[in-house]
Amino acid sequence: MNVSLEVARGSVTGLLGPSGCGKTTLMRAIVGVQARVEGEVMVLGLPAGEADLRRRVGYVTQAPAVYGDLTVEENLRYFARIVDVPRGRAADVSRTVGLAGRERQVVNSMSGGEQARVSLATALLNRPELLILDEPTVGLDPILRAELWKTFHELAEDGATLLVSSHVMDEAAACGALLLMREGAMLAQTTPAGLRSRTGEQDLGRAFLKVINERQAA
Amino acid sequence: MTARITLATARRVLWQVRRDRRTLALLVAVPCLLLVLMRYVFYEEPRTFQHIGAPLCGLFPFILMFLVTSITMLRERTTGTLERLMTLPLVKLDVLTGYGIAFGLLATIQAGIVCAVGFLALGLNAPHGAWLVALLAVGNALLGMALGLFVSAFAQTEFQAVQFMPAVVFPQMLLCGLFVARDAMAPLLYDISWALPLTYAYEALQRATKPAALTTALLGDVVVIITATLAALALGAFTLRRRTT
Repeated sequence: MNVSLEVARGSVTGLLGPSGCGKTTLMRAIVGVQARVEGEVMVLGLPAGEADLRRRVGYVTQAPAVYGDLTVEENLRYFARIVDVPRGRAADVSRTVGLAGRERQVVNSMSGGEQARVSLATALLNRPELLILDEPTVGLDPILRAELWKTFHELAEDGATLLVSSHVMDEAAACGALLLMREGAMLAQTTPAGLRSRTGEQDLGRAFLKVINERQAA
Repeated sequence: MTARITLATARRVLWQVRRDRRTLALLVAVPCLLLVLMRYVFYEEPRTFQHIGAPLCGLFPFILMFLVTSITMLRERTTGTLERLMTLPLVKLDVLTGYGIAFGLLATIQAGIVCAVGFLALGLNAPHGAWLVALLAVGNALLGMALGLFVSAFAQTEFQAVQFMPAVVFPQMLLCGLFVARDAMAPLLYDISWALPLTYAYEALQRATKPAALTTALLGDVVVIITATLAALALGAFTLRRRTT
């Protein structure tokens, strides 16, 4: 994989492309957990993976990375202790992800979408400056998806930078900036409006296909 | 290292175990039942029961903590929580020490109950006090934990992790001198037994359960156990990588 990209602070950037195109690898490189990365990855002005970044960057993996045998509250309290925020933050973030009132439930007994939200909640505890979210809305119903995207924009308005991956093109419309990937390469760095005007397609899914076809023709 | 994170990790691990009541019950009940079973297997040979059963009270926690840790740690690796932890502001030692405290506490409870059953109810003899056996048992449990942590890096599934018990623990049990005196083994096995940490764990327990006066040799065994534990922990820490493919 060979890519070069920039993400503006305070934006919600969508990283879009089919499954297996390298979205997760790219995100892992930015978080600094991917081994054998060549080249330069600078995050908030520091090399990716720098110890200082661990309190400033939040990463939510595609599969929920929380303790299934603990309750929502126990998970949140543990992660709150690690990032050193007051207990009260646990209740705040459960509300943010729409799990208020469910704190006593054991994570394993929740649906996949709910577990994903617990995982997201743990990353919000310390209000990271940069949030890397790997397919956070997979398997969620449309209402919840819309709510989460609203939350992402609220976080960005508060000054956070979000990089959100998805393989569903209709989520691209909700992003301020777009990164289109395919087979390990960055096809375009654009905006929803830019993609539409460049391709003359209103539907972003078809616009993406057009970009791919242009590339193959070239 | 941060005490806040270490203690939070210990508490989290204990919460997880607490929720799994069946495992908790098995951890305590199985060694006790095995001791009772041995007591009646060696019904006509109380001396053999004393010879094997007394040191075994201090070895059970080693075996069980090895198993529990290797599976808990494997889960931490496969469910992605370890990777999540590695992206947070903590050091590996926070996690490892947290595990040590939690499992040390469990081992203390387990060793206490097993020793009570063995030395009080089943008539085993601890000439230097059952507390010494229990204390050694906790040390052995931490050794088992450290080894379990290390080998968990080589398992991809829980099936594989369970197989490490016969692969790593059983040979050490056979060679440590518990069943056959080490100098009665084939010379090669005798030599190998010097390199296995459980040999020293058994030696210490044997000293603690035989009437002969205690010497500094016991201290030597304890030093080896502690060194082996720290070495296994260091190796285990090395397998907790921040960057993976």
